[in-house]
Amino acid sequence: MEERLSKVLAPYKGKHNALIPILQEVQAELGYLSDEAMMEIAKTIGLPESQVYGVATFYAQFYFSRRGKNQTKVCTGTACHVKGAARVLDAFERELGIACGTTSEDYEHSLETVACVGSCALAPVVVVNEEVYGQFKSSKISKIIENLKE
Amino acid sequence: MQKINSPSEMVEMRDLCQAAFARQKVRFLVCAGTGCIAGGSMEVYAELKRLIGERGINVDVELLFEGQESDAGAAKSGCHGFCQMGPLVRVEPKGTFYTKVKASDVPDIITATLDEDTVVERLLFKNPDGNKALAEHDVSFYSRQTRIVLAGCGTIEPEDIRNYFAVDGYQALADIFQNHSPEQVIDIVTKSGLRGRGGGGFPAGRKWKAGLDAKATPKYVVCNGDEGDPGAFMDRSVLEGNPQAVLEGMTIAAYSIGARYGVIYVRAEYPLAVVRLLKAIEQAKEYGVLGENIMGTGFDFDIEVFQGAGAFVCGESTALTLSIEGKRGMPRVAPRPRTTEVGLYDKPTLLNNVKTFAYIPDIIRRGADWFKAIGTESSSGTAVFALTGHIANSGLIEVPMGIKLREIIFDIGGGIPKGGKFKAVQTGGPSGGCLPESLLDTPIDYDSLDEAGSIMGSGGMVIMNEKTCMVDVAKYFLQFTEEESCGQCVPCRLGTKQLLEILKDICKGRGKPEDMDLLVELSHSVHGGSVCGLGQTAANPVLTTLRYFKSEYEAHINDKCCPAGVCKDLISFRIDEDKCKGCTLCARACPVSAISGEKKEVHTIDQTLCIQCGICLDKCPKKFSAVECVSPKIIVTPKEKMEVS
Repeated sequence: MEERLSKVLAPYKGKHNALIPILQEVQAELGYLSDEAMMEIAKTIGLPESQVYGVATFYAQFYFSRRGKNQTKVCTGTACHVKGAARVLDAFERELGIACGTTSEDYEHSLETVACVGSCALAPVVVVNEEVYGQFKSSKISKIIENLKE
Repeated sequence: MQKINSPSEMVEMRDLCQAAFARQKVRFLVCAGTGCIAGGSMEVYAELKRLIGERGINVDVELLFEGQESDAGAAKSGCHGFCQMGPLVRVEPKGTFYTKVKASDVPDIITATLDEDTVVERLLFKNPDGNKALAEHDVSFYSRQTRIVLAGCGTIEPEDIRNYFAVDGYQALADIFQNHSPEQVIDIVTKSGLRGRGGGGFPAGRKWKAGLDAKATPKYVVCNGDEGDPGAFMDRSVLEGNPQAVLEGMTIAAYSIGARYGVIYVRAEYPLAVVRLLKAIEQAKEYGVLGENIMGTGFDFDIEVFQGAGAFVCGESTALTLSIEGKRGMPRVAPRPRTTEVGLYDKPTLLNNVKTFAYIPDIIRRGADWFKAIGTESSSGTAVFALTGHIANSGLIEVPMGIKLREIIFDIGGGIPKGGKFKAVQTGGPSGGCLPESLLDTPIDYDSLDEAGSIMGSGGMVIMNEKTCMVDVAKYFLQFTEEESCGQCVPCRLGTKQLLEILKDICKGRGKPEDMDLLVELSHSVHGGSVCGLGQTAANPVLTTLRYFKSEYEAHINDKCCPAGVCKDLISFRIDEDKCKGCTLCARACPVSAISGEKKEVHTIDQTLCIQCGICLDKCPKKFSAVECVSPKIIVTPKEKMEVS
């Protein structure tokens, strides 16, 4: 991990302003922002750790613990909300057996909501990994989960 | 590739591109907006390319530029707007418009177009009157729109700048270099009456003038693409569908105020927009219309793309600039200088919304009077809306300001689907409000919507039918603002939390009659005690629902009843004995096994086990419609419970 991290950080030495792009790149490389990574970032760009944490925790995009191999995001934008996103989320919680915002013990699945993915005309929308599913029906869930196992 | 060395060469470039594209007799434009991609439009595109290629037709655009003719080609366009009917394909030059196209439809489309000169009937859009539409302008969804910002979305290929050149792209920039001083450009923008399209509606010309007057250097031009309103995707579609128009608009702004650097702030959730923008910037630089020594004039302007990290409040200008600087996006506390004086890195910064910049090239080319003539006296031009929710035709629309809400919803949007009834229209996202049927004749402009208690916002428009609970909607928005409040102003941080708690109580049947007054009082405190737009407008959803849908609050509080059948704690599902045919579908689907009954016999729901998920209601075949949702809740007495078990 250290090697991958230092490779990402190398071009940013001392660059305070680039904190958000750095956090994004590190997360893209490691999957989440571990304590070690956060300390290393602080050291590299010369900011106190508290400040790095302060910024990172302000934004919804950053994760501080390991996440599942498959990531399901249920869109809860307004259009999705009025078209039954809450029920879709309930159904995912039941089928995956995990609460929203958590990761399964075997690190296979993470489930979360997203404020809006901007595909409102297809509401309700669910994004599984990178794939967008529009006009979502809860009856599709078991098949999607099945397909992810392959 | 030919680099532009002087503004006068732009005309030549346009003619060259137009001539090259004209060598292609037929062009299949496949929508590559996010909605259509989700529906499989990329498979359609690949299949088109493959099958045209199989016929030995040259599909390589480069060969067109070398002077070769081609019988047909396929291209990826930005969002056509009619996302609900996607994937969409338009065949040019005739403009034949196909909806819900699958890869398996492609052979028929090709045969009809190239061999038979006919159309594939089954893929044409059927208007409500039963007539099939041949082209977009025959579709009621499009025929009442006025497309300026969206004109390029869906007609040009966003990943090839030459498409933009062919439709007069960068002519406006070349024109100002040759004929207008910065003051004159600002004068045109001022006279056009263009107001900021981010939602606030501040006159763009006045902002640009302040940018020009600011003394400190360097100056920045920032494009706000942090489209955080849930239920809105206008900026996304423009960035994805016509990124060059935004770049040209920003460059014109930079020339006007004397800026050297630009930043486009894009939401983290829009990866495709980022990819297209980066490509657009690279190509613009290659052709010499961006970067150093633009068009050989000695004017330098560079644009970078900054990806947001997921914070709604960063749509506020001061929070946005702090976020670019790598800090927490917390709006600066008043009294504060304007961003045009102290903005990004404490330097003068001109910050406008994506659409505001995208209007600029057209306004320069066609003149201030042309733009001023569209729309109303106080709000000129067009408005772009993402029309979503319970509406027959959902998608992206552009209409002249002053159009009535009713026209948008019923003429363009086609009304409420599935025999539903209109209940409310929500504009302005979490900062806006819900308007009832009695206000449907309100004209769309900044001031009228403001008066009605909502706001124009950046363009989200969510239609709600009779099955939407307005208390739940208010709760939904407060949940959003409570989470997104940056926390520095106590009335916002704690006020939104308290508003939310009261609304949750009401939805759970624990509301008290005095709660309604308390909600109003708290709303005013949050409004008055917050420094930024998020806090000042956070209570709008509560205030408008209380104002226009008070009876729903009363039903929740006094009768413990949710008339729309949404609030789980106030509803029950039951099976009508006379209608149930014992098909067992509901019992098999019930996730908590709360439904019992033998095959071909009446089923019953055990209310003590039921979690109100509503799956039984969905599963029950329409012809039986035996499951119904009732409110208030069915109270289960121990005796009944025994009977069921």
